[in-house]
Formats: sequence, C-alpha cells, structure tokens
Amino acid sequence: MELPIYLDNNATTPLDPRVLEAMLPYFTNKFGNAASRNHAFGWVAEEGVDYAREQVAKLIGCTEKEIIFTSGATEADNLGIKGVFEMYQDKGNHIITATTEHKAVLDTCKHLEKLGARVTYLNVKEDGLIDLQELEAAMTEQTILVTIMYGNNEIGVVQPIKEISAIAHKYGALFMTDGTQAVGKIPVDVNADGIDLMAFTAHKMYGPKGVGVLYVRRKNPRVKVTAQIDGGGHERGMRSGTLNVPGIVGLGKACELCRLEMASEAARLSALRDKLESALTVLEESYVNGNREHRLPHVTNISFKYVEGEGLMMAMKDLAVSSGSACTSASLEPSYVLKSLGLSDDLAHSSIRFGLGRFTTEAEIDYAIENTKKAVLHLRNLSPLWEMFKDGVDLSKIEWAEH
Amino acid sequence: MAYSEKVMEHYTNPRNVGTLNKDSKSVGTGLVGAPECGDVMRLQIEVDENNVITDAKFKTFGCGSAIASSSLATEWLKGKTVDEALAIDNMDIVEELALPPVKIHCSVLAEDAIKSAINDYRVKNGMEPIELAKSHH
Repeated sequence: MELPIYLDNNATTPLDPRVLEAMLPYFTNKFGNAASRNHAFGWVAEEGVDYAREQVAKLIGCTEKEIIFTSGATEADNLGIKGVFEMYQDKGNHIITATTEHKAVLDTCKHLEKLGARVTYLNVKEDGLIDLQELEAAMTEQTILVTIMYGNNEIGVVQPIKEISAIAHKYGALFMTDGTQAVGKIPVDVNADGIDLMAFTAHKMYGPKGVGVLYVRRKNPRVKVTAQIDGGGHERGMRSGTLNVPGIVGLGKACELCRLEMASEAARLSALRDKLESALTVLEESYVNGNREHRLPHVTNISFKYVEGEGLMMAMKDLAVSSGSACTSASLEPSYVLKSLGLSDDLAHSSIRFGLGRFTTEAEIDYAIENTKKAVLHLRNLSPLWEMFKDGVDLSKIEWAEH
Repeated sequence: MAYSEKVMEHYTNPRNVGTLNKDSKSVGTGLVGAPECGDVMRLQIEVDENNVITDAKFKTFGCGSAIASSSLATEWLKGKTVDEALAIDNMDIVEELALPPVKIHCSVLAEDAIKSAINDYRVKNGMEPIELAKSHH
C-alpha cells in the first residue's frame, strides 16, 4: 500500500488509465480542429467528439444534440443560470436555489441579483435535504428557474430531484441541477428526473480536468440559453471556442466506464464507506452529517466533537481528506454547508470529509480507520474542551473570549 | 500549506500537555479563544515564592500551529520569572516556529494565554491584574 492515501475523491479523481489511453492519440496524430470541415484532420477530430457526445448522452439518457461542452462544471453552471436568466427575462426574473449549493451556483446567483434578478435561497433541513413545501411556497409566476444540486459535494446528500422538478414544472419554471457529484456515481436520467439543464464535469468521474458539460433539453420543452462566450458559434451557438478534443474524448470514455461499472462500483464503495463510518462512529461524540439514506455511495462527513478539523488532518498526515474548518486569519468561518444543517460552529470546525473512489482499496480503508482513530485520540488528549466535557462542564455556559 | 518542521515537531511531540490544579493559589490559569472560532487554548503556570514559574501545562483545541504555539510557550515559561514571562512577544513565537502570515493569530492567542494565566495568578494572590492589550483579532 502506498502512502499517502487519497480519500478526497469529491475534490477530484485520478484519471483512469483507460481514459488516458483513449485521449492520447488526440494529443498527437489526431490533433485536428473539430471545426475544420475541409480536410481529414478536422474530420477525425470531429469523429472523436461525436463519439464522445454519444457516450455522454447515453450516461444521462439524452440525445447528442443536447450536450454542450464547456471547460468544466463551473462554466456550465454559469452558462445555465446566466443563460436562462437572459433568455427568459421577458417571462420573469425569479430564481430559486438553496443555501447548500456550490459557490459556482451561489455566486452566479449573487451576480445576477446585481443585474435585477430576485433570488430565493431555500434553507435545508437538518439532514441537508430541502423542504418541498417550502419550495412550492416560494414559487411565483415570475419564477423562471429552480436550480438545486443533485448530490452535495460536502456531505453527499441526494436531493429529491423528481419531486423538485415536478414542482418547478407545475409552475412553469425550468429545472436545472448541478450534477457534478452525482453523474457517473448514481443513475441520473434527465427524462425520468425531469431535468431541463444539468452541469457536470469529467474530473469528478476519473476523466481529465478542464472539460465539462451543460445538458440543455431540446424537447418538451425546448430550452434555450443565451451564450456567455461569443465567437465562432460552436456548440450550436451556445458556447464558442475551439473544442478541447482530447478532453472531450476523455470525458466520453469516462462516461462510458461509469455507465458500465456504476452498479458494481457503487455497491463496493458504499460497503467500504459504511465500514469506515461504523468504525469511526464507535468513537465517543462522533456524528455523521447529513441524511444517511438519501446520499451518494462514496462519501461520508463526520464531526469528531472537541477536536479541530485542521489540527486533526495534520495528525492524519498519511490520509488526503478535507475538513469543514478553515483556520486562517482570512477565514475563521467553518463550512457554510454544515452551518446550513444547523451545526454549531464548533461541530462544523470538527468535521472531516472522506471521499472514496474507484481506486480505493479495503486495505486503505482499514489503514484510514486506524489512522483516524489514533489522530482523534491524540487530539482529544490535547483538547481542553474534551477535558471539560469529561468533567461535566457545560461548554455553552462558558463566556468565551471572542476574538 | 506545508507546516514548518518545528511546528510538526511540537505537534507530534507536544511538550507539557496536562492540567494543574486550578484551585491552587500558586497556579494561574488562562483560557482564551472560543470554540466557534476554531481555537481554544488553556495555559497554566505554577509559580513559587520567588516569583519563578516552576511548571507550565497546556491543552489546546485548534490547528497544528495553535498547538505548536502553546507547546512552545510552556517550554519557554518554565524557569522564567513572571516578569520575564510577561515579556514574551507573539512575534518571538512566529519567528521560532516560522509561522506563515495566516497563522500569526495562533501566536497572538498563545501570548494572550500567557498574560491571562499570569493575571489569574496575580488576582488570586491579591495583586492588580496587568492591563492586557486588546485582542489582536
């Protein structure tokens, strides 16, 4: 077993060697511009792109013409939200999203607020799921778009997408979802789920960085977005710019592998995740964050009360994980996602996200369990809060010197 | 961000972790920071009749730099007089541990903890508390 162990697959995933193999020719002899219509170099590149488009479409159950290639999920989120806002401004200016969305969605919405959009940020329940009644109550005639992520990047909860899209459609709004963490990991079908627009990216599913997709529905209804990058009119005019052919070919291959291996991989990863979770929640005062039934198979987020996340990660130095705590003078703010669940700041500071992936082995999980347990015990031995808790001191009654 | 070797060393083998009897007249206790800010330091000193710090203990909830800063502080405190201890400046800690700018607040917290422990000792023994500079945060 090689150290350190990578357990941060919600941040990014390693490239699958089979994906790399598919990409390589497109860096060298198949280097053509997919938009060159007049010679074989262009045709070969275009063929690669077309094939990839089919592979992607098959994974999410759409047609090839509904795939718009972008530089990643952030660009796709921007294009979807800004593009709908501009295209449908005659119909209304109201957008509904949730407080636990990725910054690519939240900051795009904030940007649009400056341009006249009215945005509703739905709170989530303690388990991280949105309240459907609250969503319905927020819908108005002015609502043009509901955008709610499929699976959350920090805690992995999966929103009730079918129910959400049904509510959006009932009031004549479009439904968009950020599928970055879900596509390729769990079955996502744009028709069964009622999705009108969806952003996702290759590097979260063992593909390369720098390439993503905005799915844009073409039938029932036909959705249009205003281009945010102007130029040569690529991607049916919705996203100009020479296509990243090797990246797109890699994305296609990654989608194909995910489609073929999803069922077995999800079963294997959720078993490993459950093993990790049960072993770590044996520790006193440790809590799993978010809904444990409706969630992605490969992630868990655990708070170890009375130890601080960043300090804890330092003791887990052979494990690459991430923490909801950011202890820098610039930002003492713990994760806004965890705070949205109603977690107190100290619990949010005490959280660790474990993200398993295709190349995670059982031996690595066993190692991670031992390493994490040791780290938590080491840190609690150093923690004045743990000592107070053990002595029966009510920490909420102490007047802390705020700083 | 990578931690300096000295931070790693203190973090892995922290000095003087523990608890002194906070009710003893010869012990001063400083508890600074707040759980919601992600760092809490408790630093204790034991002072003899000659005003010399004979023992120092700490416990810290926080990042590696916060733990290392308090560990180093206890190491420095032992054997110093209270007056010498008051002269410890957070920048001495920054320098010794090679803390990056984003971690300077950890050293500030350690300095606050020292001063707060000394004040606790002073008040317990009928002395005026010294004026503390306002928190740097």
